[in-house]
Amino acid sequence: MPLIRNLTILLVFQLIGETGVHLLAIPVPGPVLGMLLLLVALIVRRGPSKGLDEAAGGLLGHLSLLFVPAGVGIMVHVSRIGDEWLAISLTLLLSTVLTMAVTAWSMQGMKRLMAARGRGHD
Amino acid sequence: MTEAAHDTLWVYLSASPLLGLTVTLLAYIAAYRLYEAVGKRAIVHPVLVAVAALIGFLHLTDISYERYFEGAQFVHFLLGPATVALAVPLYHQLGKLRRLWAPIVVATLVGVTIGTLSSVGIALLLGADLQTQLSLAPKSVTAPVAMGISEKIGGLPSLTAVLVVVTGILGAVLGSLLFGLLRIRDEDVRGIAMGITAHGIGTARAFQMSRDTGAFSGLAMALSALSSAVVVPMLIHLLGIG
Repeated sequence: MPLIRNLTILLVFQLIGETGVHLLAIPVPGPVLGMLLLLVALIVRRGPSKGLDEAAGGLLGHLSLLFVPAGVGIMVHVSRIGDEWLAISLTLLLSTVLTMAVTAWSMQGMKRLMAARGRGHD
Repeated sequence: MTEAAHDTLWVYLSASPLLGLTVTLLAYIAAYRLYEAVGKRAIVHPVLVAVAALIGFLHLTDISYERYFEGAQFVHFLLGPATVALAVPLYHQLGKLRRLWAPIVVATLVGVTIGTLSSVGIALLLGADLQTQLSLAPKSVTAPVAMGISEKIGGLPSLTAVLVVVTGILGAVLGSLLFGLLRIRDEDVRGIAMGITAHGIGTARAFQMSRDTGAFSGLAMALSALSSAVVVPMLIHLLGIG
């Protein structure tokens, strides 16, 4: 029963999320709103039950399995990728390196800024 | 059994959702075993191997993607509840978020913006089609959310799913090299950069670097999912291409 109950909790929050996004016409996928609402619920309740913790862990532990069916859908786009493979590969490579570097620099910069300010207050 | 009976059995099985679902799980289990056998090298990531094996299988058996998906949709459906479930690890990281919230929030917003603009911009410069550019835009976001964004802005969710996996693998493979070159040593900085760029696949790699690096990466992945859902469609709207 715990497995069913905790899967149901996740589905209920997803359903509320989907409904909310639809009714309020906000540009966010329903499950993301569901995640946010569940987070609020967890803060209010001071943490997940052991069962919910395990159910979430089980689902997220093999997250990669869940995008296999969509990944196989690439076979429908074979001609697009054939035509654009060079542009796609270069974009992925350059943008990944750039994103990682800029994210690291901005986090590092902010930390230094805050440390400098902290010293200024002493 | 006679050959005719074999044929009837095959016609029955290939039309049933049972086949699509079962081969998906079998392919993933086999791919995961291989991944473990070679010491979890990101280059043989189980998603890539399973997808390649399944495409081969569908070609050999002449089963269409639509028919395969009738079975595989039961796995695909779980992406929604899995996204909701991200709230649980996020809750566990809240303590870390409180201490470093300003640098983390700034880095997340900067990272999501650069990730989106650079992928659309570079793809545009290299002459990729508009729908390809839009499918590339959420490539650093965890798959279930990325596919939702892609659908919303007019990309191809299934193309996005594959681009997300490849991005995750690139980030996981290049991460340590890049951090070494840039002399980034702080575990929190490494973790945040990994999670923003390479979502769950990067997070798995970050956990191999250290437990704290992994925890920060998981936090960044969830924050990126949350903010990207708003920021990516907004940027696309501002660019006027959505």
